[in-house]
Amino acid sequence: MAKKKTLQKALLSGNEALAYGAYEAGLGVACAYPGTPSTEILETLARFPEVDAQWSVNEKVAFEVALGAAVSGVRSLFACKHVGLNVAMDPLMTSSYTGVNAGFVIIVADDPGMHSSQNEQDTRWVALYSKLPLLEPSCPAEAKAYVKEAFKISERFDTPVMVRMTTRVSHTKEDVALQSREEATRPVFERNIPKYVMVPGHAYQRHIFVEKRLGKLKAYAERTKLNAIERGTSKLGFITSSVPYQYLKDEYPDGSYLKLGMSYPFCDDKIREFAKTVKRLYVVEELDPFLEEHIRSLGVKFTAKDPSFRIGELTPDLIPEVVAGKVKREKRVPKRKPRLCPGCAHWASFAALKKMDAYVAGDIGCYTLACLPPTSALHSCLCMGAGVTFHEGWRKGAPDRKIVGVVGDSTFVHSGITGLINAAYNKTKGVIMILDNSTTAMTGGQQHPATGLTIRNEPTKQLVLEDICRACGADNVDVIDPMNVKEFEALLRKRVSEDALSVVISRRPCRLLKR
Amino acid sequence: MKNQVHSVTFGGIGGQGVLKASEIAGWAAMFDGYHVKKSEVHGMAQRGGSVESHLRFGKKVYSPLISAGGADVLVCFHHEEHPRLRTFLKKGGADLTEYLDRAEAAIDNPRYINTFLVGLLSAKLPIREAAWMKAIEAVFRAEFVPENKRVFLEGRRMAQS
Ligand SMILES: Cc1ncc(C[n+]2csc(CCOP(=O)(O)OP(=O)(O)O)c2C)c(N)n1
Ligand code: SF4
Repeated sequence: MAKKKTLQKALLSGNEALAYGAYEAGLGVACAYPGTPSTEILETLARFPEVDAQWSVNEKVAFEVALGAAVSGVRSLFACKHVGLNVAMDPLMTSSYTGVNAGFVIIVADDPGMHSSQNEQDTRWVALYSKLPLLEPSCPAEAKAYVKEAFKISERFDTPVMVRMTTRVSHTKEDVALQSREEATRPVFERNIPKYVMVPGHAYQRHIFVEKRLGKLKAYAERTKLNAIERGTSKLGFITSSVPYQYLKDEYPDGSYLKLGMSYPFCDDKIREFAKTVKRLYVVEELDPFLEEHIRSLGVKFTAKDPSFRIGELTPDLIPEVVAGKVKREKRVPKRKPRLCPGCAHWASFAALKKMDAYVAGDIGCYTLACLPPTSALHSCLCMGAGVTFHEGWRKGAPDRKIVGVVGDSTFVHSGITGLINAAYNKTKGVIMILDNSTTAMTGGQQHPATGLTIRNEPTKQLVLEDICRACGADNVDVIDPMNVKEFEALLRKRVSEDALSVVISRRPCRLLKR
Repeated sequence: MKNQVHSVTFGGIGGQGVLKASEIAGWAAMFDGYHVKKSEVHGMAQRGGSVESHLRFGKKVYSPLISAGGADVLVCFHHEEHPRLRTFLKKGGADLTEYLDRAEAAIDNPRYINTFLVGLLSAKLPIREAAWMKAIEAVFRAEFVPENKRVFLEGRRMAQS
């Protein structure tokens, strides 16, 4: 890590730039659960002593703690990857109604091309659905500037503000100017029952507020410099946002541009005005037709990408084809696939499962790689926590099969505990294996409650997995090192043959711990 | 001044220090006054998968990614990755893969292969030596700076010889 503190300028990733921007804006509290490509935002913030940064148990918890902090009067931030926002959707939807007190910014990193994710959902729709403003930086320098702007918008309009990143923007590095921190003036924390208690009567009044706010934000979108027109030739015009803007500028340096830095609410007047000034108009965006569908509804004529390009990441090589309206040619460039590290204990756990010929309800983590041949010993991966609950579901239709649910330690704490309680409560039998490598390995080794260390590696209360499993209602809880192959296999066979709900904690630290 | 953008593709497999190499070059370009953009891969791919990093610098840089046939230099860490990575290289661009075996033979500690290759690369780029030195100081922990500078200069000399 470079010693950035003494520099005026630093080579920062989009995620680091967000952290520096938020820090300079007087950020007080930051909460997240790790997830590629968003993880480095909190890791960077944790280096600033002025910021109260935490790894939260999961995204819903992180969102609520950060929003609560904003309501209490400190500028706060929540960061997650796209699917993390799904977990936080419940508080998010109603936070639109309560609004904020001090500024509150929601950072979401989408993953077009699925570099490290289970789907490529386009988060921009959430802004529309929740009626929250949405900013889309296209490079690290913008990420830093936009997050500052986001805090201002949040406080001015009493709204959470979404900042949408993509993997490419999060993991591009750029030289970015550093400024000093400005302490934000803290608004007072007062009881305000009609604003913060969302019972139907209050929520009705707040919904009126939300619709009014949306109108004001729309007016703001029309005049903000975040939505900028760059005049080039009148023959060729582009409406675009996020990193495709950068690709287009290289390919069509003479074109005219309407670059949407604030892509929701839409700036209809600006869009119409821009459309009038160019002969041929193109709307270029990654993933879903978010801009496309809205701009079409305005009656503006333009060319958009072929629907085949809604799949996957756009790259500079694809831009001419996208603009020409061509159909995407699926090229498979053979790339080396990731694998479990040599000597990783997950190998041992899955070797035993394979030998038993078990049906393995899987989950997300390094161990998901056990689905690859020749191991092929993990048979589902839906979302975090589903290893535990799919196990229960599968047993309903296939009670005679050997079914084992597997889940990583970090994932178990994130969203496996509720599934285990559910299994016990609903009299489910079977075996749940917790692959306890004492870290969140897949995202680079973050702490979590069961490691007993905070984001700053300070000792804290440790969640004891065997205790919580017993408390959830598991009949048997064993802790065993999977490298003791014979014992491990024998135990697994025994537990699978019993009519009980068992948790086998397969415990051995990740080989990359304490790098 | 004409806006000439210099593009370097780095590639190899997770764990080889590909990102560190592009990191040194990125800081060096910045210290020499250029606008810099550099793409990286994080997450799953770092578990032994293909890793690629693109570096572009000039007066003003837009895309952080290099198009096919757009790289002035290719720094390849693994022969098996070469066929894929080669497509990035310009006609007449410098392919450092030819040095890979000699570089591996020249260093005592294989962990320094990235710094050595960066030394080789430095001879192909319009970035001053002082900026490279400053970059090494910025990127490595203090105790590793002298050895990295030494290995860097060795690589730089190999390219110049
Ligand atoms: C809702 C959600 N948040 C975050 C992620 C990213 N993510 C996937 S699995 C995982 C945790 C992996 O840790 P663990 O379960 O301990 O397994 P390990 O990688 O250590 O084997 C994370 C952070 C995700 N896919 N979905
Ligand atoms: S990072 Fe750790 S858990 Fe992941 S594959 Fe490597 S050793 Fe296993």
